[in-house]
Amino acid sequence: MRTTRSIMRGLMYSALTCGIATASLYASGKGGLSSGLTPYFSKPETKSATPNADGFIGRWLMLEPVDKPNRSNTVFTDSYLREAFDPGNCPGGMSELPKEGQKIKVGKQTLRWHSLDSKLFNVKLFRFATGLEKQYYGVLFWVVTAIDCEEDIPDVRMSVGSNSASMWWINGEEAVLLSGDRRMVMDDCMSKRLTLKKGRNIINGAIINGPGMSDFCVRFLHENGTPVTNFSISNQ
Amino acid sequence: MKTRRTIYLPAVLMCMTGLTMSAQTGEPYIHDPSTIMKCDGKYYTFGTGGGGLISEDGYHWHGGGVRPGRGAAPDVLKIGDRYLIAYSATGGGLGGGHSGKVLTMWNKTLDPTSPDFEYSEPIEVAYSEDNEDCDAIDPGLLLDPTTGRLWLSYGTYFGFIRLVELDPTTGARKEGNEPVNIAIDCEATDLLYRDGWYYLLGTHGTCCDGPNSTYNIVVGRSRNVEGPYLDNMGRDMLEGGGKMVAGSGNRRTGAGHFGRYIEDDGVEKMSLHFEADFDRGGRSVLAVLPLLWKNDWPVAGDPFVEDTYEIESERRGYGLELAVDFIRMQGGLHRFWEPQKEPVEPLKDQTLEDVIATWPAGDIDVRIGDYMFRPHQKWTVTAVPDAGGYLGAPYYKITIEGTDRALCATPDREVSTVEHFTGADEQLWRIEQLIDGTYRIMPKAVPGCDEELALISVADSTPSLGKFDFSSDNSKWNFRKR
Repeated sequence: MRTTRSIMRGLMYSALTCGIATASLYASGKGGLSSGLTPYFSKPETKSATPNADGFIGRWLMLEPVDKPNRSNTVFTDSYLREAFDPGNCPGGMSELPKEGQKIKVGKQTLRWHSLDSKLFNVKLFRFATGLEKQYYGVLFWVVTAIDCEEDIPDVRMSVGSNSASMWWINGEEAVLLSGDRRMVMDDCMSKRLTLKKGRNIINGAIINGPGMSDFCVRFLHENGTPVTNFSISNQ
Repeated sequence: MKTRRTIYLPAVLMCMTGLTMSAQTGEPYIHDPSTIMKCDGKYYTFGTGGGGLISEDGYHWHGGGVRPGRGAAPDVLKIGDRYLIAYSATGGGLGGGHSGKVLTMWNKTLDPTSPDFEYSEPIEVAYSEDNEDCDAIDPGLLLDPTTGRLWLSYGTYFGFIRLVELDPTTGARKEGNEPVNIAIDCEATDLLYRDGWYYLLGTHGTCCDGPNSTYNIVVGRSRNVEGPYLDNMGRDMLEGGGKMVAGSGNRRTGAGHFGRYIEDDGVEKMSLHFEADFDRGGRSVLAVLPLLWKNDWPVAGDPFVEDTYEIESERRGYGLELAVDFIRMQGGLHRFWEPQKEPVEPLKDQTLEDVIATWPAGDIDVRIGDYMFRPHQKWTVTAVPDAGGYLGAPYYKITIEGTDRALCATPDREVSTVEHFTGADEQLWRIEQLIDGTYRIMPKAVPGCDEELALISVADSTPSLGKFDFSSDNSKWNFRKR
């Protein structure tokens, strides 16, 4: 653990006040992504992707972090999150996918959607923010992706881990809430049984974090615990 | 025959007013206690921020430990006749910088009053840059008993837990060794080896939040010290996996920073802190709990709870009892092969008043017999805090419920009872939960005997004192509420 809480609070405050990465560390890299992003993300080069062998979904549209100052992650109670994650606040709504590069006004901020493939089973939101030289503490991330199924896939569960708290929707319906000061643990929380319908299913997520790293992992599991992999992922 | 009719009221009142359990006494205030080390008869542990705790008996703790360098979450390991201390120098904080350094240093003794007490110059063995996915703090040490190789884990929530190899003769980093990522989502890690498994223990949950701290200790295991460390569900600790070893409870929250202490074959203990002890105003305290092993997974046992129990022999399942007349219950006998017409009425328990007049005065021997929840079989176990202790707990007196009649060791290395507890060492008992969940019961002293002896079953119905042998059920007992 850390030295003292007072030091922690002081440093946390300064970090939250400033809250952006050092520009010199994140100069532009190859392929249009900054060098801060490339260890963790790549730009999608195909129209659709597949989940990895364990079913994790790696292709997401991610909105640049929304300013949401919190000095501690311990404030993320269920009621706090339901207010912060009100679907009505979802930039652009939940029924359609935003476009790569599309800008949107959130409060006083003008934020941009980025389509990215995670190189890891999880999606490192902290590195997404630092790689873009954006605010990385005291933030709320909105993410969205679409999965296309050739047929109905019944009795599956959406399985999520996130750091810190998060909420997830499928086709506009709330599926999972992860409240409290969370660390990202694979298969931490699951939805009730649901059916991925034939055709397109839109997944929205909102992840909130005060200080510390932030990331998430999402997959679907069959009743017997095996991952669902027979769908494609698209951000278009 | 002289009889005794007095019922010992204080014991009755204690039982009526609620149950208590042992906690470390003195001033056990610490955060991130290092693995407890015994040095020249005393126990030592060091914590975050410098300094440390010392105990003469393992139960009463006070300040006075000396560790320079401040920093976070040290660990200590004895190698040969020296102690290797690892600690971290950090400028961080959850929202602060993550440039960290782990350092090691040696000392011949942990006793700051010893003329040999002198720390060697610290050596940097691991570091993290401010922008990498690691924060080099919170070291944990393991000397692999199968290879003699020395390993150090470090890291915190900010990125990966990493493993490096050190030179066990110098404490320096092995030349050419590169860090290996072994976990995420935890901090204050420690490593241990047991029966072909390497275990990685980390602290998960919310740190530093007093009564609201959700800190808890989790574990994964691997056949290889470099991982992968999987939990009981097969999840890699690199994916956030971890099976809980210890969490909040018993009016204490925020279990963190595991350390293993092997007392004897089959007797293991774990040190940790609780970030808030509700009985100590929410201060962070040292705790020592039994370390149990279930299906090759470590689990924290619970502190022993003072209460009235059957003391069951693991050998056959009989209960320890006074060697007195078995007083038959009157009534309640039915001709079960015939229809019963009488209304069903509950039977009353046999009480102490029903039987105590039949007991002789003075010493009464003990034996082991069919447990029938009768007064001569119910033992009240009560801490005697002023009688000293042993690692993790105080000595206890073991008396027949409602009386002052106390279990005692005898000069002929047998076991008996005395009519009145006097506090003599042979009437004080050390109670330790074993790794399989049963208990070892040992007298503080056996008159005229220098050996450490334990309560054992030498026959199904005969208790005695003898050498503790974890491989034999003769040495094991259970405290049962029934």
